[in-house]
Amino acid sequence: MGSYVLRRVLQMIPVFFGTTLLIFLMVYTLPGDPVAALFGEKAADPAVVASIKHKYYLDQPIWKQYLHYMGNLFQGDFGTSFTGRPVTDIMAGAFPVTIRLALLAFVFEMILGLVLGLVSGLRRGSVQDTLVLILTLLVISVPVFVLAYIAQTVFATNLGWVTPTVQNSYDLSQLMLPAIVLGSLSLAYVARLTRTSIGENLRADYMRTAVAKGLPRRTIISRHLLRNSLIPVVTFLGTDLGALMGGAIVTEGIFNVQGIGNVLYRAINQKEGPTVVGIVTVLVIVYLVASLLVDLLYAVLDPRIRYA
Amino acid sequence: MPEAARARWVLAVATSVVLVATGCSSGGGGSSSSDTSKTFSYQSSEPQNPLQPANANEVGGGRILQNLFRGLVDYDPSTAKIRMQVADKIDTSDSQTFTVTLKDGWKFHDGTPVHAKNFVDAWNWGATTSNNQINSSWFSDIEGYKDVHPAGGQPTVTTMSGLTVTDDLHFTVKLSNKVSYFEYKLGYIAFSPLPDGFFKDPAGYGQKPVGNGPYQFVSWSHNQEVVTKTFPDYQGVDKPKNGGVVFKMYNTSEAAYADLQSSNLDVIDQVPPSALATYKNDLGNRAIDAPQGAIQNIGFTLYQSDWSSPDKAKVRQGLSMAIDRDTITKTVLQGSRKAASAWVAEGVEGYKEGACGDACKFDPAKAKALITEGGGVPGNKLTITYNADGGHKEWVDAVCNSIRQSTGVDCTGDPKPDFKTARAAITGHQLNGAFRTGWVQDYPLNANFLSDVYRTGAASNDFGYSNPQFDQLAKQADEASSVADTVTGYQKAEAVLPSGMPTIPLWYYRTNSGYSTKVQSVMFDSFGNPAWTQIQVKG
Repeated sequence: MGSYVLRRVLQMIPVFFGTTLLIFLMVYTLPGDPVAALFGEKAADPAVVASIKHKYYLDQPIWKQYLHYMGNLFQGDFGTSFTGRPVTDIMAGAFPVTIRLALLAFVFEMILGLVLGLVSGLRRGSVQDTLVLILTLLVISVPVFVLAYIAQTVFATNLGWVTPTVQNSYDLSQLMLPAIVLGSLSLAYVARLTRTSIGENLRADYMRTAVAKGLPRRTIISRHLLRNSLIPVVTFLGTDLGALMGGAIVTEGIFNVQGIGNVLYRAINQKEGPTVVGIVTVLVIVYLVASLLVDLLYAVLDPRIRYA
Repeated sequence: MPEAARARWVLAVATSVVLVATGCSSGGGGSSSSDTSKTFSYQSSEPQNPLQPANANEVGGGRILQNLFRGLVDYDPSTAKIRMQVADKIDTSDSQTFTVTLKDGWKFHDGTPVHAKNFVDAWNWGATTSNNQINSSWFSDIEGYKDVHPAGGQPTVTTMSGLTVTDDLHFTVKLSNKVSYFEYKLGYIAFSPLPDGFFKDPAGYGQKPVGNGPYQFVSWSHNQEVVTKTFPDYQGVDKPKNGGVVFKMYNTSEAAYADLQSSNLDVIDQVPPSALATYKNDLGNRAIDAPQGAIQNIGFTLYQSDWSSPDKAKVRQGLSMAIDRDTITKTVLQGSRKAASAWVAEGVEGYKEGACGDACKFDPAKAKALITEGGGVPGNKLTITYNADGGHKEWVDAVCNSIRQSTGVDCTGDPKPDFKTARAAITGHQLNGAFRTGWVQDYPLNANFLSDVYRTGAASNDFGYSNPQFDQLAKQADEASSVADTVTGYQKAEAVLPSGMPTIPLWYYRTNSGYSTKVQSVMFDSFGNPAWTQIQVKG
């Protein structure tokens, strides 16, 4: 187990270098000159452009820029954005917001998704099952921004329960509505995955054995059925956590949540290499750690899986 | 300023008098008693540069700096005319050497006095290449600018020879050329004074600015809000009638508009395009529709052989006449623009309606005739390059349709993914034919719309337009003895443009905005900014 984890952690190192290099190259090949764009519609002053480029090391060839960036990175310096703010500060401001939002959405989709999936999986063909199927189909087929605007209009403008946008991005209670919108799509997937998985396992041999042994229904469902049915769901939830962190741009925009999605979007627009590379690198690490946790969870859920 | 805005302003004052007299108060857009200690919130975006006056180039940082700093002069929000602020007077006898006298008693927010050297030091600092200030070219009129800002490499000196401090309240500015309207430029934020402490730690002051304006800096929570409060020692003519401005950062204008409707935000920048058709209904008398000193044009690549011959001016006139501006502004642009008839935007000092003449009037028959007379559009094809991230697609398509229907010229839009890509293609001369261009006033004077854009070799002359007659008239206007003469001089220069038609004026921008039920007396100036200090927060 320990050596398996160590191996996985070591594998992260080349992935880390690979992604930083790739993202760095991608930002570099984006069209347009970011420094000239600072001047807007006005003609850029060549002397100032040259001076700013020199300051941000942009006047060097790309490989030198990359080495310079990596050199600083190992000293804990993620670089500086054009606003003069260190990228570490920018990330320290935005990641807590996104983590709150993503975790809220994650908890919402996990709990509600599993409950709905369990209910409909156990009672296939019942009214509840049909209702869950219709509801999830609706959520899957409606784009997330439509859901967001509907939620904003109904709960804020019409009912007045919440403010239309998030007034303080660090306040968990205000992040509830965006989190529910953000998590709703995955909720539908989780519910459907659980339902299918439970449906399959209901017919498994060990289930028949458990029933034949005369175990109480509650034990059968929680110990045998649910645990075995969770493997595909956990796989989905693990990768989804990464997606929730990085993919909330639309929801963050509509509810004015000042999280990582918007910072990243703005940085890409302004071609701010250090900010983009820094954020994406952290997101990649989050993804890698999440998938490692998922793999370790398999062993907990299914004792037949062993990591030597 | 523009009639519509003035009318509304007068109306607001009139209703307030009536209501106070009868002891009524009302919600909605009516007027009621105000509380001068209360702050209001304004839609903003995270500044892209440190908050240093000579570095303000985009609205996010610019609007905040405007409130923290006051220069020698500024512009009256209701008339767009220049008015004295820190300056007591600015004298010149030859339009080249200006003697500035400051008012006594102005203070920075840190309590230090505003003296002549604060201006001179700030300008020198802003002009010097090594300080990386985006607005440094604003100081290029001043003698000695080339020493602190050489065309290439780093400067050897850090002071401009044209600036001399006489005493605490006097300094002189010598320009390298005659610029009769130099004082108009001084209202720009880059000419603000800086406190002595700034020069010890410019980066630190960029995060916590100390100015001399009506509002002082309180805090900046990045990506959330910038909080300011009224500066009690403010000496300007526009004493704040509120307790401060809170700049709330919004990612999208839709989010800001939703907050405005529920009064979680007090004043917005512009209503989102999706709400243009409905905002006057939504907001009633709290909706704002005011002219702005900005114009949208179609520019041509006059440096290309296809467009350089004198005959082609007729083709450009024809294309201009083929565009049905009135219909497009009403339908596609939903009244958010006003059809242009000149190269200078409406409401600007020196604006002359109809300067473009017949060439800006919709006349398909004449358009067709002129295009044929000029030898036709090369290949009978016209591409209009624009940036796809600025909401231009709809009107470019409409303009192309209009041209195609009127003249049969095969016109198509050529979107570039974003603004910086489009700019790179324009300044790199990598275009073929026409492109979207525009001008937003730096100061409300017609010279700004003409000299900076259409002079041979002007920094923003992306067309390669060169007309000796225009250059000569502009030069004469610059050397005039008064601003009034400059204005008429530039009107003469503008009259030369229709013959060469370097650009096609399309329409003037408008401010489509609104405010919440918590504030009153909101008006917008020609820069598209609210008159910050005049906004009253209801008690």
